[in-house]
Amino acid sequence: MRRSLLFIPGNAPALLINGNYLGADSIIFDLEDAVSPDEKDAARILVRNTLRHMDYRGTGTIVRINSIDTGYWKADVDEVLKHAPDLIMLPKAGCKEDIDVAEAYLSEAEERLGIEQGGVGIIALIETAQGIERAYDIAGASARVKALLLGAEDLTADLKCARTKEGREIEYARARLVTAARAAGIDVYDTPFTDVEDDEGMRLDAMVAKALGFDGKSAISPRHLAAINEVFSPSLTELDYAYEVMDAIRKAAEQGTGVVALRGKMIDAPIVSRAKQTIAMAEELGIGR
Amino acid sequence: MGAIIRTATAGTFESSDAYVEVGPGRGSIDLSLESVVEQQFGEAIRRAVREVLSECGCDDIEIRIVDRGALDCVIKARVEAAVRRGGMN
Amino acid sequence: MRSKVVSSIREAVELAGLKDGMTVSFHHHLRNGDYVLNTVMDQIADMGIKELTVNASSLFACHKPLLGHIKNRVVAKILTNYMAEEVGREISCGIMDRAVEFRTHGGRPSDIASGRTPIDVAFIAAPISDPLGNCSGKYGKSACGSLGYAFADAMYADKVVIITDELASYPLMDWSIEETCVDYVVKVDAIGDPAGIVSGTTRITRDPVGLVMAEQAALVIRHSGLLKEGFSFQTGAGGASLAASKFLKEIMLKENIRGSFGLGGITGYLVDMLHAGCFEKLLDVQCFDLDAVESIRKDPRHQEISAEHYASPGAKSAVVDSLDVVILGAAEIDTDFNVNVHTDSNGYIMGGSGGHSDTAAGAKLAMIIAPIQRARMPIVTDRVTCISTPGRDVDVLVTQAGIAVNPENAELKDRLVDAGLNIVNIHDLKRKAEHLTGTPKKPMMGSREVGKVICRDGSLLDTIYSVR
Repeated sequence: MRRSLLFIPGNAPALLINGNYLGADSIIFDLEDAVSPDEKDAARILVRNTLRHMDYRGTGTIVRINSIDTGYWKADVDEVLKHAPDLIMLPKAGCKEDIDVAEAYLSEAEERLGIEQGGVGIIALIETAQGIERAYDIAGASARVKALLLGAEDLTADLKCARTKEGREIEYARARLVTAARAAGIDVYDTPFTDVEDDEGMRLDAMVAKALGFDGKSAISPRHLAAINEVFSPSLTELDYAYEVMDAIRKAAEQGTGVVALRGKMIDAPIVSRAKQTIAMAEELGIGR
Repeated sequence: MGAIIRTATAGTFESSDAYVEVGPGRGSIDLSLESVVEQQFGEAIRRAVREVLSECGCDDIEIRIVDRGALDCVIKARVEAAVRRGGMN
Repeated sequence: MRSKVVSSIREAVELAGLKDGMTVSFHHHLRNGDYVLNTVMDQIADMGIKELTVNASSLFACHKPLLGHIKNRVVAKILTNYMAEEVGREISCGIMDRAVEFRTHGGRPSDIASGRTPIDVAFIAAPISDPLGNCSGKYGKSACGSLGYAFADAMYADKVVIITDELASYPLMDWSIEETCVDYVVKVDAIGDPAGIVSGTTRITRDPVGLVMAEQAALVIRHSGLLKEGFSFQTGAGGASLAASKFLKEIMLKENIRGSFGLGGITGYLVDMLHAGCFEKLLDVQCFDLDAVESIRKDPRHQEISAEHYASPGAKSAVVDSLDVVILGAAEIDTDFNVNVHTDSNGYIMGGSGGHSDTAAGAKLAMIIAPIQRARMPIVTDRVTCISTPGRDVDVLVTQAGIAVNPENAELKDRLVDAGLNIVNIHDLKRKAEHLTGTPKKPMMGSREVGKVICRDGSLLDTIYSVR
């Protein structure tokens, strides 16, 4: 479950050591934008050490490495791979070939380090026009690709448009990304909301993302996490409905009825699977029945 | 084992971090430590530093550390970064 | 026109009849901008008077020159409620023959009123005064707002000297301290540096861990059973405490809860809560920032109170006894919930109770907010270096890694567990922190007594020893 994903600068010890207390379902150790070129080496050692020694139980760990067009990314992988982050985040993923390049090096590194092949997944950061248009190819490029994340700051620069709080300029990208991820059967997470002071704007932005089908949302400030977690948790209405669906299914099975209807609506397989997901998530959150 | 070639630094003076300066030694490990938790953890810190130096294969170094209450894994990372930056022969 | 104005501090000291071995007193409303304590002590030293007891409600970094007067024997004894590390460090090295007596903001006026700690001459800095000593902190270039800590000195000292940098025409209206108590008035160029007296705006923390704790703290209050119509609240000016009041304000507005009063050292955040309708009144013993000073001057709902009225254990009643919730800090807390706010991790004096133990004793819910470790020092220990506030008065510890409830308060624990908050055992917090930091070696303390912590009831709570 990743309702919220928090970016933490890879060279900031005070934050790294508290990563599991900030309220994020997953934390993203950032070796890319948050680290200046002359600190890349120190940051990857620091991130490796914190992954090795800190107890992040209960919080997912993701490392954002540098993009494959830099001289840093292979060293990033070499340093952190052994310490089992859940996912490696690949920035500026633009096409299937980008995934192939990362995939090949991850396999090589796993082989060299003697760790399980294919053990680490990839979360592709989609933040270019090309990436949006090829999102489905990227999502299906490898079994390692577990999720897509939208990066709207770089994307809007690429699109030559202004980034606004309302987010009209990224409506297409959001919808396209959700569709691509769903078609490929993987998760998809929304871009961070960048105004740290605007709690209300943040909540609205998260609600838009949830309504579009995103599984969760990334954040650059811990202040946003509570609202994100709340928005992406099953609401009581959703949960009640999910239990009703499951009750109806059970009753229908007991009575041997073939077709199940609830509130005048046919219950088909997708509705049941969605209800099961909602209940599973609620149970994980400790709010199930 | 090896000796540091040139002076280099790593880390910061911020709380929970440590600032590490390394340079060519005089045939051994010459460690000076200034720490806000010297009384409580001075020994533990020195032990951690020596551990990293040994892992890096370094036994000839002058190393100065200003510790602002960094956890062991942070100090070790800063020492390792400084040593790598300093280079060894 | 009658006048009590005398030409200089020296003349006031002479007229007051100050002699060797007597007690002088000061308040700390000018905080780290105060000029008065140093100016008066320099003058006294110059006059050759020795072996004085200084009863100062708090001592800040700006009062470092006092150390010189200890060394030249002008000062033989200190009574205070708080001592900043810049002064405390040398005291901890054992420069005084007699231990500093630490009281609380309520204990000090109680002991002054009862005669246990009599004052011969009180020197009261006042941002504005008329020639007969009706004075106030609300006006003038050095305005500091409330003069709450100075009332006991004015009422019970044998001689009272008002020191002001703004002389108003008689009678000054809206006075705090009235002429009936005052013997002499001295006009000086400046009683303090406005930049050090109040901060511009007190800002809430941006530290993510502080915000996490603040949010949990607000949830504890929400589910404590106390957050309802008539709610009363005090918080310190620390970053996480202020952030907690911001979250609390959001909850109160959302749930349409109208509290009764906000208490204490008042900041702009509590003033905001007053304006937003979270409280009907503010009771103010000390202003922390310009917003609070402006509010106490203009808003009749914002009332100055004396330290006695605020917290005295000897008064027939005090406001802390009607307080629902207080949020406090800690340098250390032990597994019995005893809190240390007097000494740092190396045993040096760096603070004091202030209103910590008064409000903890009075409030229905006394909450400590602290991270599980600060710069590698775990917050939870087996036994605090110094007991400032006894564990029996502390209900709950909020950290980023969970909330520990004092087993004495089982009802609160049940409520918080039911609310789904992350309730943990305080021993687990200690283990968790030490898992990160390692187990710290205890500082080596000397054998010389440098401080005595006097409990609200007058008994000795703990002794602070010298640092070797």
